[in-house]
Amino acid sequence: MKEYFLILLTTVLVNNFVLVQFLGLCPFMGVSRKLETAMGMALATTFVLTLSSALSYLVNVYILQLLGLEYLKIIAYILVIAVVVQLTEMFVHKTSPILYRVLGIFLPLITTNCAVLGVALLITRQDTSFMQAVTYGFGASIGFSLVMVLFAAMRERITVADVPEIFQGSAIALVTAGLMSLAFMGFAGLD
Amino acid sequence: MSLNTPTSPHIHDDTSVTKVMLRVLLALVPAIIAYSWYFGWGLLINIAIAATTALACEYTMLMLRQRPVAPFMTDGSIVVTAILLAFCIPPLAPWWIAFLGTGFAVVVGKHLYGGLGYNPFNPAMVGYVMLLISFPKEMTTWLPPNLVQDLNFGFLTSLNAVFTGNLPAGFSLDGITAATPLDLIKTQLNQDITITETKNSYALFGDFGGIGWEWIGNWVFLGGVWLIYKKVINWHIPVAVLGSLFVISLVFFLMDADYYGSPMFHLFSGAAILGAFFIATDPVSAATTPRGRIIYGIGIGLLTYIIRVWGGYPDGIGFAVLLMNLAAPTIDYYTQPRVYGHKRK
Repeated sequence: MKEYFLILLTTVLVNNFVLVQFLGLCPFMGVSRKLETAMGMALATTFVLTLSSALSYLVNVYILQLLGLEYLKIIAYILVIAVVVQLTEMFVHKTSPILYRVLGIFLPLITTNCAVLGVALLITRQDTSFMQAVTYGFGASIGFSLVMVLFAAMRERITVADVPEIFQGSAIALVTAGLMSLAFMGFAGLD
Repeated sequence: MSLNTPTSPHIHDDTSVTKVMLRVLLALVPAIIAYSWYFGWGLLINIAIAATTALACEYTMLMLRQRPVAPFMTDGSIVVTAILLAFCIPPLAPWWIAFLGTGFAVVVGKHLYGGLGYNPFNPAMVGYVMLLISFPKEMTTWLPPNLVQDLNFGFLTSLNAVFTGNLPAGFSLDGITAATPLDLIKTQLNQDITITETKNSYALFGDFGGIGWEWIGNWVFLGGVWLIYKKVINWHIPVAVLGSLFVISLVFFLMDADYYGSPMFHLFSGAAILGAFFIATDPVSAATTPRGRIIYGIGIGLLTYIIRVWGGYPDGIGFAVLLMNLAAPTIDYYTQPRVYGHKRK
């Protein structure tokens, strides 16, 4: 039990994938202008990340390692992730057409979210059990969602601020992300 | 006969940013005196460096952004930022520490976001955390309390030490500096030495906190209570910060007094009280709804304890404030008060 708690703590706060490991920055910058779309994106990514980390673990252990094909793992993982994203896309399209339209290109682009592939590869490298792999993926996605939502609420506030012209838009968003990352360094050594 | 009615508010208090900031400055005076009593001239020198840098940066940025200079320079808000940052810097730290920290705080923490009233992070804590991460050695060389009485460091000696790094013959910086009580307990616990043993073998601990620190805490507390009385700050945030810190440290203290410091120790060492009354209550970067303020304060108290006890840094106030600053817009979003006549969503 304590082990799973530590995995969650590490992936959500201490080694947060966005603010500490700098993975998955494209959706973090791209879809965080509005709180509601950010939440949709966070939910979709949570779903994809957890499922893909479980599936890629199974693919690795029961197909690649059995056949001695570990060198194919990047291609195999990308295939798994693409399938999960396709599934999510069809699901969102049916259940919430508005969210589907709002997320637009960023929904299929979860496939290229480096955090998703990064989590799958990190799990393989750490040689975990199945449940640990799922916890790891879930923690990573919760960490992603947390900073995504906080960042979006912050950006909504910054859009009404009197930001100097040359810093408006992505520039001030990157500065904010940097300061958030500075704050998250406070969790360093927490274990 | 004029019949037009002006819009509300019809009764208003005669306050302004300048007045609020002057009251905050006044409330800090007892703390500054107490701090200087225990740690010498260093704080005043740091305040001077920080305030000068802050005013210079403020002026440059206002000119670059083509905003009115006079009202923003004289409202005092930037001096408050500078003084709060100076409180976080060790007394004999080299001059460029205060200089860099204040510059970063004013330019990045404040003016890139549009200046007074727009900064999402507390500028003083942005500067402090940047310094702590970039210059850990300079930022942790604290002096033992009672330095003034024991070593007789005068104003000129301190000034010399800050600007040139030279100490009078027979002294070395490593020789006179000492860990803060929070720092000491942390390093000792890592070597399996319990708090009781540490307290008995080092003369850094007073009646409830660290020697000196506890009394500085009391004077800061006095200033903070006066601010609440004058309605400059609300009671929600300080009570929530100190209350949650007290409760969580009490729980762990009762579980294992050898490993976890007592609630009084946690409240009266480090920057807990200063943080609760003067830093967390920054009206711009804090949560603004009443329920939101309570959540925000509890968050700071808990995060401070977590970072102090299990984290890598001895004091967590700076990080906790920044972390809750970044959560404040979300907290506000979810705690909007019910509009009269409407049901809660």
